[in-house]
Amino acid sequence: MILYELVSFEHLRLIWWLLLGVLLIGFALTDGFDMGTGALLPFVAKTDTERRVVINTVGPVWEGNQVWFILGGGAIFAAFPPLYAVSFSGFYLALFLILSAFIVRPVAFKYRSKREDPTWRARWDWALFFGGAVPALLFGVAVGNVLLGVPFHLTPDLHSVYEGGAFGKLFGLLRPFALLCGIVSLAMLVMHGAGWIVLKTEGAIAARARRFGSIASKVVLAGYALAGLWLAFFIDGYAFVAEPPHDGPSNPLASAVAHSGSWLAAYGDRPWIVIAPVMGFLGTVMAGRALRSGGELSPLGWSKMAVFGMISSVGLTIYPFLLPSNTNPDSSLTIWDASSSHQTLFVMLVATAIFMPLILIYTAWVYRVLWGKVTEDDVSNPDTHSY
Amino acid sequence: MDIGVVELSRLQFAMTALYHFLFVPLTLGLSILVAIMETVYVMTDRPIWRQMTKFWGTLFGINFAMGVATGVVMEFQFGMNWSYYSHYVGDVFGAPLAIEGLMAFFLEATFVGLWFFGWDRLSKVGHLVVAWLVAFGSNFSALWILIANGWMQNPVGAEFNPLTMRMEMTSFFEVMFNTVAQAKFVHTVSAGYVTASVFVLGVSAWFLLKGRHVGLARRSIAVASSFGLAAALSVVVLGDESGYDAGLNQKMKLAAIEAMWETEPAPAPFTLVGIPDQQARETKWALHVPYVMGLIGTRSLTEEIPGINQLEEEAERRVRSGLIAYDALMTIQQDREATDRAVMQSFEDHSDDLGYALLLRRYLDDPREATDAQIAQAAEDTIPHVWPIFWAFRIMVGLGFLFIATMGYFFVQSSFRGGRYPVWALRFAVLIIPAPWIAAELGWIVAEYGRQPWTVDGILPTALSVSALSVTELLLTIAGFATFYTVLFLIEVKLLLKYIRKGPTEDVQLTEDWNTAHRARLAPAE
Repeated sequence: MILYELVSFEHLRLIWWLLLGVLLIGFALTDGFDMGTGALLPFVAKTDTERRVVINTVGPVWEGNQVWFILGGGAIFAAFPPLYAVSFSGFYLALFLILSAFIVRPVAFKYRSKREDPTWRARWDWALFFGGAVPALLFGVAVGNVLLGVPFHLTPDLHSVYEGGAFGKLFGLLRPFALLCGIVSLAMLVMHGAGWIVLKTEGAIAARARRFGSIASKVVLAGYALAGLWLAFFIDGYAFVAEPPHDGPSNPLASAVAHSGSWLAAYGDRPWIVIAPVMGFLGTVMAGRALRSGGELSPLGWSKMAVFGMISSVGLTIYPFLLPSNTNPDSSLTIWDASSSHQTLFVMLVATAIFMPLILIYTAWVYRVLWGKVTEDDVSNPDTHSY
Repeated sequence: MDIGVVELSRLQFAMTALYHFLFVPLTLGLSILVAIMETVYVMTDRPIWRQMTKFWGTLFGINFAMGVATGVVMEFQFGMNWSYYSHYVGDVFGAPLAIEGLMAFFLEATFVGLWFFGWDRLSKVGHLVVAWLVAFGSNFSALWILIANGWMQNPVGAEFNPLTMRMEMTSFFEVMFNTVAQAKFVHTVSAGYVTASVFVLGVSAWFLLKGRHVGLARRSIAVASSFGLAAALSVVVLGDESGYDAGLNQKMKLAAIEAMWETEPAPAPFTLVGIPDQQARETKWALHVPYVMGLIGTRSLTEEIPGINQLEEEAERRVRSGLIAYDALMTIQQDREATDRAVMQSFEDHSDDLGYALLLRRYLDDPREATDAQIAQAAEDTIPHVWPIFWAFRIMVGLGFLFIATMGYFFVQSSFRGGRYPVWALRFAVLIIPAPWIAAELGWIVAEYGRQPWTVDGILPTALSVSALSVTELLLTIAGFATFYTVLFLIEVKLLLKYIRKGPTEDVQLTEDWNTAHRARLAPAE
């Protein structure tokens, strides 16, 4: 089959790097507010009815939103198998914690309402809180570690070996900078969740969401700025010593990489990328303002821009790196040497071109059907609010 | 290589996959049964069918949540526990997995929420369409995961690239239309339909025994038995198709299922029961049925099915041939694009057997230094443990025929005998509720345990596929998953039982009113 030659290998790698960004941002924009809502649940809703209102705002959509996470995993596997292999086995216990959250959360949504008992419901409320807060924090910690570089090397037959014992690997992730990134990520999704709750509820719940969301936006602003300064002055970036051909076979060991200067050098080479952090800052400032005094739609709108800007800023800053190694920089994974083959990337692109527009259309339709606020009266009707 | 890590990784995979597969078959079948019931409701406008749709829909929802929760683990554990596998075959295996997400998961997950929340927000037909989209989504996901799994059984459409040290896709169409994958898909979804049918039948039979919700139970039995009969027939027929495909590409698995140690003259007999003895390489107390095995495995009277001992000899030859490929590969790894043409040629001539040389990696780092004894050992390793496969297969097939008989009986009773069910039959229907799950899990064991020692048949040994993890990490996650799963399983079963005991709660009055009005309409005519 020669069809796949239609798009060059180099372009396909670039496209798949972009699509990976689209999926991660799609995940943060949709499931992000589910996680934020979960993390806010104990704070914005006090009585059982209030909690049911909040849970029913995400009730019909969290399942679809969670697929962005699953598809993100699947797409990394299909488009950048070495990244999937190295990061998932390296971040082993951290990923286990995230998976635990994603195991408990679906069940908590579904089973909480099945019994009246307050202890039963309180337990599932905690499950929803941790199911939202823990992954939100850990995703940020993971991003922080990507920026710092992680301790792995590849053997000549491309076995990946991540240094450290079982707990060394887990606690080795909790470096100060990475923790800061975790806090930014958690605060960002709390802000985003607050925007969602403001849109979907009214009265006391919405008012509390505005208060907590506004605090979160300040944490995001301070944390994101601090992380930027930290990156500028204290953290080494990575760069190619010998750049691999952009259409060569995917073997990370074929290129030479070294620590060099700062990641922020990227802003000198490609000044236009400054638009990403600007969107991050602007979106956060405006989301904070909208949460304090704006309408009902604008907080979520601005926080979408903030999420989009902040996540893209990470990807654009480390481009073309995907996962640098700090102990053996030559093993670092980049988009040019850690992708799938030309043909696989093409097949996957065709599949995405067919299905992604469909997904976006029917997801938008479902949100439209479900448009409107959830009130305390509504949740007494099992035909419209099943949790 | 740490064998502890290999064994624990396998244990974890088996545990999480078998557990996930407790929920999947019911989701596959119940999504369709519920959609059928809702279709009848929309067509006839009788509230009883709406009541049935909602009642079975509630049970579907409880089960679906567990399927989602345990499915997330499946998508991620390849990278976590099987990182070399992920690197080695991700170029081929990752694509169907990602397409599964694009085509199936989004569809079912986006619409399942709307199904539960949208009763008042959608028109009747709109809501029905949503029900079918959920059902299609669930079933599409089975298609793509079995295309991925089918490739592990029969790795077509891919070749090894020495420059990237991995398998790369050469033809997506071959991967997609892999005969093994297609046969497995229909076999597996049919098994799901049987599972849901047996479940609906059993629960309805229990209602009839208790004299409760009779209208709902009778109609449910009518739907479940007709759908279940078609499905049960299809499971067995397509299971036979799987057997035939195994005969083409997984001869060792077929020989293990049959505990056939020596090549028998064609057409080979089928061993109905027996006690396989792997040490002595013979099956004691074997009861043979002439011709049957030859017919299943080759669909001919003249073709031979090779026995385990002959396949082992063949494996030893392939290990030695694979070593030539491995030797060339080491040179290619050094010289890369500048490799000598003769070395390249020698690699290509023997690359089909490279996987067999990799079997030696279990015993030594450099397979080229293997002794004759180690080579013989590697060849012996290609024989899976025979007795679990032998027996799992027989129990599964026995249960398959039992389902045909049960569904056939209830179908006849409900369609032609005015829906009269003797008490013994109803009790039996309740009793066999767990049976399809047993059959499904045994089917997994035949397919996947029977594939050992390979993750990808003939290409990549299981022992080489694992991540560089420590035993501590694996023990922690196994303990974690086992705890979560046990607790959640108990909760799920308790909730299912609670909602079954509670029976249908919605639209009950509506149904009563409708029935009264209906009787009044009919009364003058009588």
